[in-house]
Amino acid sequence: MIEVQHLTKRYGRVTAVDDITFRVERGEILGFLGPNGAGKTTTMRVITGYMPATEGRAVVAGFDVFSQPIEAKRHIGYLPETPPLYPEMTVREYLTFVARIKGVAAADRKSRVLQTMERTRVADMADRHCGKLSKGYKQRVGLAQAILHNPDVLVLDEPTAGLDPKQIIETRELIKELAGDHTIILCTHILPEVAQTCQRVVIINKGRVVAIDTPDNLTTRLHGSNGIYVQLEADPGHATAVLQRVPGVARVSESDRRDGTVGYEVESQEGQDVRRELVREIVANDLGLLELRPIRMSLEDVFLNLTREEQEPAPAPRPEAPDSTEEAYD
Amino acid sequence: MTNVLAIAERELRAYFASPIAWMMIGLFALLAGVFYVTTLAYFVQASMQMDSFAAMGQAPQPLNINQQLIRPLFLNVSVVALFMLPMLTMRTYAEEKRSGTIELLLTSPLTDWQIIMGKYLGALTLYAVMLLVTVVHVGVLFFYGEPEWRTVVSGYLGMLLMGGAFLSLGLFISSTTKNQIVAAAMTFAALLLLWTVSWFADSASPTTAAVLRHLSIIEHFDDFAKGVIDTGHLVYYLSFIAFGLFLTAKSVDTERWRG
Repeated sequence: MIEVQHLTKRYGRVTAVDDITFRVERGEILGFLGPNGAGKTTTMRVITGYMPATEGRAVVAGFDVFSQPIEAKRHIGYLPETPPLYPEMTVREYLTFVARIKGVAAADRKSRVLQTMERTRVADMADRHCGKLSKGYKQRVGLAQAILHNPDVLVLDEPTAGLDPKQIIETRELIKELAGDHTIILCTHILPEVAQTCQRVVIINKGRVVAIDTPDNLTTRLHGSNGIYVQLEADPGHATAVLQRVPGVARVSESDRRDGTVGYEVESQEGQDVRRELVREIVANDLGLLELRPIRMSLEDVFLNLTREEQEPAPAPRPEAPDSTEEAYD
Repeated sequence: MTNVLAIAERELRAYFASPIAWMMIGLFALLAGVFYVTTLAYFVQASMQMDSFAAMGQAPQPLNINQQLIRPLFLNVSVVALFMLPMLTMRTYAEEKRSGTIELLLTSPLTDWQIIMGKYLGALTLYAVMLLVTVVHVGVLFFYGEPEWRTVVSGYLGMLLMGGAFLSLGLFISSTTKNQIVAAAMTFAALLLLWTVSWFADSASPTTAAVLRHLSIIEHFDDFAKGVIDTGHLVYYLSFIAFGLFLTAKSVDTERWRG
């Protein structure tokens, strides 16, 4: 449904997006993740035909957005970062105007506007001026504007920004509901949102794709060996020695310590489950087991990991932060 | 076309929803009214003078209401338009760029030309309404005197064309910036330059003088006010408008590439 091929966008000498390639299948929700300034919005703007790419191309619903912009745009609904509302128009007037320029037939406009207002839960504000709406309503009117002409492709740039928790859940439900007959690109930096709604995730950093996978795969893929968190009530030195002796354990590191209890992160060797042996040893040595659980990398960790790796090339070891500050003070 | 109308309608709605339209119509009517009253007072004084000449047995000079009242009135009102029209176009693009609504327009299935024509038509319609209010003044003259109506019509045509030229330049300048004040100031400066360019003609060589006079945006207006519709002037204003709109299209396209 959406095909982005070798997309590059330069502003003068600055490269905002550098050779991005990905595709989104019909009915899929793709999460588009990246830190601020990674090129998310630029990519969305190229896909929606707001600006042309310097190199490469984007094809939406079979139409090249650059060479067949009108046809492509008919199939796209776009919610930009700031909802594009005209403050002096009421919600109803605004949506009727949008319906008109998006090519909704005159006979259908009224019912379509009503239906969309119901769907995005803004009907109670239908006759309020857009400029006087709360942030949450503005966001939802923006969403209404994007889905109004029932486009095949929806590009949503942070659709839940500024909503309260209840509205966020409602909006996510709506997005999932829309996914059936729409293809969606969801641009966000809220990671749980991606984990909950998206089937696939593209992570970009500094204009480059650093990972494309399902959220589940991403959280396990980067996780070289299995980590286990153990909290004990025992003498730290002794406990560390005991844990390290357990067969299959690769590394033990202390993670936290507070009045009498010590937390450890135990990393086992690739593909080995050491939990049973671990518990046996702990009990045998009477180390006072309080907690034991596998550490699953959250999407946050994955994200930080990937985007950090990009920033600092792995082979170059960096001095520890405290050292460098000390040096600076000398 | 339906898209052009949709944009034009929205533009007008924006003008009338904000104080802009009401303020512009009101101020234009007020200033045009002031000029009307002063020109009329002058004319009345002149005609009383002619009366007294006749009473003293001297030959009175004939007074022409079109040449001595309506023509100077048009010239005065055109100055008002010069000052006010930059404020009409300043928001067209600048405001949409600042608020981000331009993203809606540029990602909708619309061509650049549809957007430009819609915006231009919206501004032109408001200007036409402003002119319409001043028709009342001229109408009063028909009630008490016998002005030549054709001259009045050509004068209004001239006003519309000249104002149309102002608006097309203003639209272009608005499309180059996000700041409305900058747009208005630059438009005003550009128009003033084009207005006064003929002043340099007096001290220039004949060829340069002719070119400068031809460039001047007001030189072409006088004939309309006199009641003459000259094809040359018509072509000047129409090509000015077309060029302004063309520059707007280029500017919108350039902005798109630059991001």
